[in-house]
Amino acid sequence: MIDESKQTANEEKVLIFTEGPAPLNIKEKNRISAWFFSFAFSILTLAGLCIYRPDPYWTIMLFVPDGLLVTFQITLISVSIAVPIGLLTGLGRLSKNPIINSIASVYVEIIRGIPLLMQLFYIYFALGSLLQMSPMVSAVIALSFCYGAYMGEVFRAGILSVSHGQTEAARSLGFNQQQTTFIIVLPQAMRTIIPPIGNECIALLKDTSLVSVIAISDVLRRGREYAASTYEYFETFTVIALVYLIITLLLSKCMSMIEKRLSYYDRSR
Amino acid sequence: MIDPVKKFSALNDPDLKAAISMRGVWKLFDEVVALKDINLDIQAGEKVVIIGPSGSGKSTALRTINRLEEATIGQIYINGQDIYTKTNDINKMRQNVGMVFQNFNLFPHMSVLTNLTIAPMTLRKINKSEAEDRAMFLLKKVGLIDKAKAYPSMLSGGQQQRVAIARALAMQPSIMLFDEPTSALDPEMIGEVLDVMVKLAEEGMTMVVVTHEMGFARQVADRVIFMDQGAVVEEGLPMQLFDYPQHPRLQQFLKQIL
Repeated sequence: MIDESKQTANEEKVLIFTEGPAPLNIKEKNRISAWFFSFAFSILTLAGLCIYRPDPYWTIMLFVPDGLLVTFQITLISVSIAVPIGLLTGLGRLSKNPIINSIASVYVEIIRGIPLLMQLFYIYFALGSLLQMSPMVSAVIALSFCYGAYMGEVFRAGILSVSHGQTEAARSLGFNQQQTTFIIVLPQAMRTIIPPIGNECIALLKDTSLVSVIAISDVLRRGREYAASTYEYFETFTVIALVYLIITLLLSKCMSMIEKRLSYYDRSR
Repeated sequence: MIDPVKKFSALNDPDLKAAISMRGVWKLFDEVVALKDINLDIQAGEKVVIIGPSGSGKSTALRTINRLEEATIGQIYINGQDIYTKTNDINKMRQNVGMVFQNFNLFPHMSVLTNLTIAPMTLRKINKSEAEDRAMFLLKKVGLIDKAKAYPSMLSGGQQQRVAIARALAMQPSIMLFDEPTSALDPEMIGEVLDVMVKLAEEGMTMVVVTHEMGFARQVADRVIFMDQGAVVEEGLPMQLFDYPQHPRLQQFLKQIL
């Protein structure tokens, strides 16, 4: 009986995450309306501004897309590197092999203890000058290694959230450790892992704004360039903020839809 | 802590003809002695029921048989093979020993059918149609042929446990271990699971069952083992143990549960 209560406690484990807009939970209806209101607010404000005062707002809107493309590019590349790093780190942190375990743990401790901006400076100015790396490469390395460490913790917690009975059942059938991890544990862990990983991706997208300090023309830097020549700081940063908001809201909506699909096997009675 | 005289029993030769042979098996959890010098031979086709109060080590004893729990010292042989020798692959040996858990532990992200086919297809390299034929045969046997496409969360506890038995059988093991298979079930579902187990016993499967179902033990067991505080206190025919218990702790245990 004790075992049973332990297991239900395991199943109800939810990962707590703090950065960025929370992905929607189907069960929380008022958050859907919160999402809806924010989205409507940002779209209407932006549209209103562009229609009623095309100069400067529409001009700014035309100036921004180049930067947006760069932001997306950095985000996509960094995410596709950070997720595998995160998976390896999470598995490494759970490994019984002391060497692998300490490498993964030290990596996480070091990265988490240094601000991302500092890491960016270090990789671009300190290592970049030694290795002749372009700003783009430095930015991608900094972001993917930083978020790789954060995601490593998410993967670790997600894997731990799968009840130990699943591992025992798989091992008792004759699956080895690797087969158990990849066939039985990870697919179940994904359901717990996907929402916070999506959240990390959104946080990463927002943190790409930091790369504007190392001479990459992302949205924020494009905005600053425009504002510097016209002195329309208020107008420019209003548009940039709304653009960021619309993108992150759209992404969090996507995440919640993915999340819904992932729970296909859950209580579909 | 370990009695040197008792330790000698580990030197007795294991019975290599037995399905399961344990010699001098001890299990220590930090300071706690969970198993004290277990010596046990279970022949092929024999049905053994282990009873005892909670914390008596009966589940631990069962779990050492397929090394879900590592024995601290001692020898365990399955079908004449030492499961602690490095040359014997434990994953291969586990394929021959099915296990059924208290909490079912079905894979919730797979359909019932896939739960039954995933292990034979991955580990025995059986092709899909053959694995599915075998799975359907087993589902028919446990009376759940119409649930093949369902997911475990859609089934009742009793149905899930019957699927779990079928899943273990899908690997065609020669030994089945049951770890309190009915303890997590509502009373009205216990019968359907026990029926499947009785049927399995009648087919001649070697079974080791940890349970509190004394009716089942009486009906099916060739031998009942009573464990207390990590040691085998008394063993014998069900009738002998239940009707003429010798040891005072067994007498007390039976008084409490009946």
